[in-house]
Amino acid sequence: MANKKRVLMQGNEACVEGAIAAGMRFYAGYPITPSTEIAEMSALKLPKVGGKFIQMEDEISGMAAVIGASAVGVKAMTATSGPGFSLKQENIGYAAIAELPCVIVDVQRSGPSTGLPTSPSQADVMQARWGTHGDHPIIAISPSSVEETYRLAIRCFNLAEKYMTPVIFLMDEIVGHMREGIELPDLSEIEVIDRRRPDPDDDDYKPYFVKEGEYVPVLSPFGEGKRYNITGLVHGESGFPSTKAEVAGPQCERLMKKIECNKDDIIEYEEKFLDDADIAIVCYGGTTRSVMRAITKAREKGVKVGMFRPITIWPFADEAVEKLAKKVKKIIVVEHNYGQLVYEVERAAKGACGVEHMGCVNGKVIMPDDVLKKIEEVRI
Amino acid sequence: MSDRIAEKYFRQENLPHIWCPGCGHGVLMRDVAKAIDNLGLCKDEVCIVSGIGCSSRAAGYMDFNTMHTTHGRAIAFATGIKLAKPEMTVIVVTGDGDAAAIGGNHLIHAARRNIDLTVVVFNNNIYGMTGGQYSPTTPTGEFGTTAPYGNIDQCFDLPKLSEAAGATYTARGTAFHTAKTIKLIEDGIKNKGFSLIECVSVCPTYYGRKNKKGGAVDLMKWQRDCAIDVKAAEKLSAEEMKGKFVIGELSRCEKPELTAEYQKIIDRVRG
Repeated sequence: MANKKRVLMQGNEACVEGAIAAGMRFYAGYPITPSTEIAEMSALKLPKVGGKFIQMEDEISGMAAVIGASAVGVKAMTATSGPGFSLKQENIGYAAIAELPCVIVDVQRSGPSTGLPTSPSQADVMQARWGTHGDHPIIAISPSSVEETYRLAIRCFNLAEKYMTPVIFLMDEIVGHMREGIELPDLSEIEVIDRRRPDPDDDDYKPYFVKEGEYVPVLSPFGEGKRYNITGLVHGESGFPSTKAEVAGPQCERLMKKIECNKDDIIEYEEKFLDDADIAIVCYGGTTRSVMRAITKAREKGVKVGMFRPITIWPFADEAVEKLAKKVKKIIVVEHNYGQLVYEVERAAKGACGVEHMGCVNGKVIMPDDVLKKIEEVRI
Repeated sequence: MSDRIAEKYFRQENLPHIWCPGCGHGVLMRDVAKAIDNLGLCKDEVCIVSGIGCSSRAAGYMDFNTMHTTHGRAIAFATGIKLAKPEMTVIVVTGDGDAAAIGGNHLIHAARRNIDLTVVVFNNNIYGMTGGQYSPTTPTGEFGTTAPYGNIDQCFDLPKLSEAAGATYTARGTAFHTAKTIKLIEDGIKNKGFSLIECVSVCPTYYGRKNKKGGAVDLMKWQRDCAIDVKAAEKLSAEEMKGKFVIGELSRCEKPELTAEYQKIIDRVRG
């Protein structure tokens, strides 16, 4: 008999509960609002499950320590917000090329720089994709409720372990600080994925060797008998740096294809009221709440509006958006920024329908009536 | 004498190394391996973490669990490794730019926490990898490509800095004084807490040339003549110590170690 539990919980708290349920046993970070509760909850809860918490001296070292813990096979997470997310970027690139799984939570707040602390924002969408330098793969996931934060925190860890890659949990202040009654699933019902381990008898083990047709390497955690080198330099199968084009080319390509070729498994989105819709609203994260209310109100007035919500932000759901653009007359992208994901929507729509943007950069929450007004404008 | 250590502890397939002829780093890398050998540690249970720079290339040549990280962050990565897996012996191989400039914050905070890491700084007094710019350990008045009129900065004394920040073991060796330096690294690894061993290296290519100090042999002779053992130094006047530097064990004390203290919390809250 499943043992479900109903609790009142904050988004940031649900993130920690989900992470622990997924097997998180290490947290390193630096305090920054509106993510701090994630550090506080981790400090409180991790030792109770035999895990470790450390408050590092800065954001950069928080990211570094998380990658270090991952190298010894421990599931690790850090959390931050805009300014800290910027500081972590170099090491996020390291995790990407070294193929060490970890979860980076970014509870977005208004920027740039110190910005409007700590008003809601969704302006780190492009930073989540391209914040670190160089061509690199990334996965970013965005929750729109407390319950979903719990579920998706687990998914972030599972994707990180499965694809040996850093995963950005792109929360926002609205969801992070929201309190909702949620139902926690029974732990036995949760699917937890752990990274693959090499054959202990494989004497010819090469950490970055990948079988034909596969993309994800099998990295043995340090201390388990397979000694090898991990580096942020482009490297060959043994992990030792190489500058040869014949080594660099395939390695860098594989790194990108690792995510590209597994898009179907990684991409998740939600569609609502789209069957008869003339207008589709694309939204994600906390903004979804106002959008859904506006859609209900619009439908009461006889306007056929639906919603498309990317849950996986990166890789972007191009194909689904392309189909959507062919189906509706207009797409409105509602996001808490001056325009970020809208460019991806425009690219994917390929001109099949008009794409409009509705943003907000004054630190206020986009309200249902604001969205309703936009729907009515578009309708005219 | 070096053959056995090289065969046992260096990844033969990755040699020869990239260091310039006459560089002191090869000697110091062997010193680290020899110290590990003397302590009889199992290779699988040792992790070598490095940052970026000439010194940090050492990790790739050494047959342990090795992690070549980002510039300045080796100690921070090592902190994650050690806290997540305290049974592992974690040694950080870093340089003067890596540890004292871009990574200075991590150095002092790891020392403050007294986490059981052994940090071995290959100090060549210059940024070698990028072509000879002055570093936080380039002596005042000396030259680098970014100090064409002479360095006006004051330099760090790394053992003193670490001791003040909370390190429980600090020492200084050189590329010339091999036996002594091996012993100092060994003692650093044995110390259950944060240890820093500054190993004065030589960089004939940039530091030597920029400062007209001669080639590798001249620089090694300079180390031989100017390094004074800590016990001998006590008997010398300030005047006599001018132009000289102290080597040997410089400080040692006992403080609670971070990972052991954290384990106590786990034991307490889990009852």
